Amino acid sequence: MLDRHDILEKRGLLLTVAILVVVSIGGIIEIAPLFYLESTIERVQGVRPYSPLELAGRNVYVREGCYTCHSQMIRPLRDEVERYGHYSLAAESMYDHPFQWGSKRTGPDLARVGGKYSDAWHVEHMIDPRALVPESVMPPYKFLASSIIDPDDAPEWLKANRAVGVPYTDEMIENAAADLKTQHDPFAADFDNFVARYPKAHVRDFDGNPGAITEMDALISYLQVLGTMVDFSVYEPEENYR
Amino acid sequence: MTATSNVPAPAQDGGSEVPFIAAFLAVGALLALFIAARTPDAMMSAHAMMFLLAFIAGAFALVHHASSGNRLTQDVYEMGVVKAGVFASVFWGVAGFLVGVIIAAQLAFPNLLYFEDLGWTNFGRLRPLHTSAVIFAFGGNVLMSTSFYVVQRTCRARLFGGLTPWVVFWGYNLFIVIAATGYLMGVTQSREYAEPEWYADIWLTIIWVLYLVVFLGTLLKRKEPHIYVANWFYLAFIVTIAMLHIVNNLAIPVSLLSTKSYSLFPGVQDALTQWWYGHNAVGFFLTAGFLAIMYYFIPKRAERPVYSYRLSIIHFWSLIFIYIWAGPHHLHYTALPEWAQTLGMTFSVMLWMPSWGGMINGLMTLSGAWDKLRTDPVIRMLIVSVAFYGMSTFEGPLMSVRAVNSLSHYTDWTIGHVHSGALGWVGYVSFGALYCLVPWLWKRKQLYSNALVEWHFWVSTIGILLYITSMWVSGIMQGLMWRAYNSLGFLEYSFVETVDAMHPYYVIRMTGGLLFLIGALIMAYNLWRTAKGDVRAREFAASPALAPAE
Amino acid sequence: MAGKEIDAPTGIETTGHSWDGIKELNNPLPRWWLTVFYISIVWSFAYWIFMPSWPGISGHLKGTRNHSERANVERAVADLESMRADQMKRLLTVGSVSEIESDPDLQLFALTAGKSIFGDNCATCHGAGGQGNVGYPNLADDDWLWGGTLSDIQTTIHYGIRSDHPEARINQMMGYGETGALSGDQISDVVEHVMTISGRDADAAAAARGAEVFAVQCVSCHGPDGKGMKALGAPNLTDGIWLYGGERQDIQKSLYFGRSGVMPAWTGRLSEEQMTALAVYVHSLGGGE
Ligand code: HEC
Ligand code: HEC
Ligand code: HEC
Ligand code: HEM
Ligand code: HEM
Ligand SMILES: [Ca+2]
Ligand SMILES: [Ca+2]
Ligand SMILES: [Cu+2]
Repeated sequence: MLDRHDILEKRGLLLTVAILVVVSIGGIIEIAPLFYLESTIERVQGVRPYSPLELAGRNVYVREGCYTCHSQMIRPLRDEVERYGHYSLAAESMYDHPFQWGSKRTGPDLARVGGKYSDAWHVEHMIDPRALVPESVMPPYKFLASSIIDPDDAPEWLKANRAVGVPYTDEMIENAAADLKTQHDPFAADFDNFVARYPKAHVRDFDGNPGAITEMDALISYLQVLGTMVDFSVYEPEENYR
Repeated sequence: MTATSNVPAPAQDGGSEVPFIAAFLAVGALLALFIAARTPDAMMSAHAMMFLLAFIAGAFALVHHASSGNRLTQDVYEMGVVKAGVFASVFWGVAGFLVGVIIAAQLAFPNLLYFEDLGWTNFGRLRPLHTSAVIFAFGGNVLMSTSFYVVQRTCRARLFGGLTPWVVFWGYNLFIVIAATGYLMGVTQSREYAEPEWYADIWLTIIWVLYLVVFLGTLLKRKEPHIYVANWFYLAFIVTIAMLHIVNNLAIPVSLLSTKSYSLFPGVQDALTQWWYGHNAVGFFLTAGFLAIMYYFIPKRAERPVYSYRLSIIHFWSLIFIYIWAGPHHLHYTALPEWAQTLGMTFSVMLWMPSWGGMINGLMTLSGAWDKLRTDPVIRMLIVSVAFYGMSTFEGPLMSVRAVNSLSHYTDWTIGHVHSGALGWVGYVSFGALYCLVPWLWKRKQLYSNALVEWHFWVSTIGILLYITSMWVSGIMQGLMWRAYNSLGFLEYSFVETVDAMHPYYVIRMTGGLLFLIGALIMAYNLWRTAKGDVRAREFAASPALAPAE
Repeated sequence: MAGKEIDAPTGIETTGHSWDGIKELNNPLPRWWLTVFYISIVWSFAYWIFMPSWPGISGHLKGTRNHSERANVERAVADLESMRADQMKRLLTVGSVSEIESDPDLQLFALTAGKSIFGDNCATCHGAGGQGNVGYPNLADDDWLWGGTLSDIQTTIHYGIRSDHPEARINQMMGYGETGALSGDQISDVVEHVMTISGRDADAAAAARGAEVFAVQCVSCHGPDGKGMKALGAPNLTDGIWLYGGERQDIQKSLYFGRSGVMPAWTGRLSEEQMTALAVYVHSLGGGE
């Protein structure tokens, strides 16, 4: 049997093909079913695509590498459920490109941080984490408060997200730039339409500087929506054991 | 050395590739110019300018080369690119370890090392810089340069493709510069070990295909009937990384002029694709590739035959088949469906013995020459690396067991595991190979100083031990503190208390990393003096055992 | 090409190949190695039978043990809750602090629970021991913005202060400078008055002018003597305890921009029992009324 190995050892191309075949199998069998098995994503109500401002915040979250310290994945373990809240569902990240589950918890899990703190707390904490939490090892992000977001970039983000499958409608894309501004201003004319497009979105100035839409506004709007979308009052856990 | 190793391979005439390279550089330069001129994205324009400069420099080098006559044919083997790779390896190694020490220090002393107005120095940006610098810049250059060396010597054939290996070398290092500067500017896809954005990914794909062409081309024109086992591993590494890289980086850019892209897959599918990639970056970059190094440098340096051909075959195929399945062990207890977690866990456990097959073949190759562990510090480094490999491939399957992972996941235990593999295995096997290569390449009789190798070995071994023991303690402690309940049934510690408890271990880890860095600096000095042809006065002609290969 | 030869130190024949001087032996696979490999494979097969495993076209093997981590954690939490249930239920029915204090077991239970929950949810604002921070009140002293009885504290925790909960405690101090309600001079005068009533040296003439403004603008919340009103969450300005700092420029800032700290509502995030335990814990920190 092992003598036959000669065949491969003497033919470089055949060896290459054999390797390629052998290393392809596992990935295909594990990944492909996730796209067609219905049990992969739970049936839930409330999960919607991110609003333009939230998406801008998510871009900042990715850019700053928050995932290097923070997970967004509460495991179904007793202590985690008690500390952070309901275990995370696959449905909660079904519009996340890329996912931000993380692999290291130098800081706490953020999957359900939405609503846990006030905007003002987030601002102070992002500017100087140790001012509020003396033991913290988190870096300061003061510069976010002074980087201005250009609303006109928003339609392109939404379009690219639609290209990878996020159900943004034409209406959402058309209004993306305006929606980004509307979310920063509770008195904006288009308030009602905006909230209809993005139910339960928080509409306000997040960073205490109503004159400017900053990356701090965007990041906090994203943090404040994390883990708050699913309506757990109508969620059936037993149907989604797997 | 036996006589066979000195049979010269016939010189190859390079040259036919030159017009292709010229066209490649021209097209690249035009594209870069176009993007630099049009993009509104400052980061994209910085990167386009860097590409442009690189292409122009490449064009000058090409013209210079063509006008100075084809010097490539003079030598039997193409060793210039290997030498360049050795330089790059040492340079990136030191840089990557330094950034490691910096981020370790940031976690130990956050008050001193964060600067509120310098966002680019924050942990979140430097950590990917560290991981990419050590894995892809240091490890990648070690793998490329050793593979170019090994494939030529074991095939008795000059590298295929004339100047193409040089394109691969410079192209790959350009990729690294783009990736590294990107992280600092905030250009990232956030996919661990695949953070570079879409255009850097496309560039790497091109370079990697050229790498495969050079490697495979050399294999195909070999003068030996059989392909040596080290080359199976190199080949598996190159082919599989190509597959992983392409699939994991599928993404839609916001526009062709923007650095930003959104990954093609959402949430849970994205997570598994990423960790299918991430785990096998470990499996094929940090394992298969470095096993190839082991399979050449240990028998060569020890002058002993490889222990078992049979074992090579069995463990090679079982290793590459099983590795691919193990990715879900990075997603235990997550929202990934449990059936996938089960597969990840069981295949990880089945991966234990195939991994140890490599360890056995490496260690047992020394049978009949164990005394060299004492007399030759380079052999010691190589063998200790294999021991660390054995250790982390025992720890890995253990951590893949769901119950264990529920404790270890998210904690410093993972970091300890990573660095026993990374410092002990990847680091030491690379150092061993570099200590072999420099005298061989620069045709020196011996290293500048064996005593300095001893120093390197001991300083960095203490460093590794400090690093991994502190991380085991802090990781297990962290995991236990998170889940600790008091007698009345309430969580005992708040999260912040666990952060506070990590402080002493973070200081110890930083110290360990610093020692490891010092060791690497000692090596850099030693190799530099060796290349210059110096021999430390006291050691002159002291060790005849270290005959160079040529 | 060298042919097969005997390797001197081990006395074993090589395979006959040689690459750059490297030869190979062909030792048999170590027994123990092969055995452990087989065991790991057999174990995996067994595992697949018991646990959720291989995917198919429309589902995956469920495994004979019908295992689900999600079901397990619900059971584990339910077990924990049933273990704590008796005391928790009693906590909900107690009306007063003295009732709890009369039952040391219950008191210990409530304080343990409260401390645990406080650490992860409240300490980031109010400090690990409740000692507070600029803008985040000290919960360990006997100075209360909204009242320090058990039920006051409970209300605060349930609905928050200026949170987005409909029943939140709300009372906003406007920015007198920002809105132009007071001129710069007037603000300076009032600051001197506040310095005076909090027992510090101040410009007497300005303070006298400020007192007049205070009597018009501020008494409705802070009271005629500046001692504050808990029903309105208006702090006592005379006691030397400052939420936002008591230096001239801090007070100036409070007046110019107004103040409206936000404390989140915890209904929905924490259970009734947890919030009660928290209230008992906060009450015990030192200043409970
Ligand atoms: C070096 C690691 C590190 C990085 C990078 C980091 N954090 Fe943190 N983070 C921490 C630690 C440690 C804590 C806990 C102590 C504290 O509250 O500051 C924390 C706490 C937090 C909290 C409070 C969570 C809670 O429930 O108490 C939020 C929100 C947060 N971080 C957001 C972010 C965001 C957004 C980023 C990126 C822009 C980020 N962090 C980057 C380490 C980090
Ligand atoms: C986002 C930060 C934040 C968090 C988290 C927070 N608080 Fe508060 N809390 C505040 C602020 C700000 C105030 C003062 C509001 C004001 O200015 O009137 C406050 C006020 C209070 C008060 C009223 C004090 C008084 O003098 O009347 C109590 C009691 C209290 N918090 C308890 C808690 C408890 C218990 C928790 C945890 C479950 C908690 N807080 C979590 C910010 C926070
Ligand atoms: C509508 C009610 C209201 C009126 C009128 C009002 N205040 Fe206040 N004031 C408050 C409240 C409520 C707070 C606490 C806000 C918080 O906790 O965030 C406060 C806080 C303050 C503080 C900060 C206290 C500290 O501990 O740091 C000062 C100083 C102050 N007020 C002074 C004044 C003066 C002077 C005036 C008149 C010019 C005035 N206030 C008018 C409600 C009022
Ligand atoms: C049989 C071999 C191995 C197995 C089964 C294995 C298994 C594991 C497991 C279970 C984790 C933790 C995942 C988590 O909880 O997040 C992990 C992480 C890791 N291992 Fe291994 N390991 C093996 C060998 C190695 C080796 C030799 C290296 C070499 C350098 C290595 C590098 C890493 C890295 C870098 C990570 C961190 C991934 C991340 O979270 O970013 N592993 N491995
Ligand atoms: C001087 C030596 C080194 C030091 C001080 C060091 C330090 C660090 C630190 C502080 C982290 C972050 C850990 C965390 O997030 O808590 C890290 C992560 C990492 N390092 Fe190193 N490192 C060193 C060498 C290396 C080498 C040589 C390699 C690989 C060849 C390596 C590979 C990694 C990887 C893969 C991670 C990510 C682990 C994960 O995500 O789980 N490091 N290192
Ligand atoms: Ca703003
Ligand atoms: Ca990438
Ligand atoms: Cu892995």
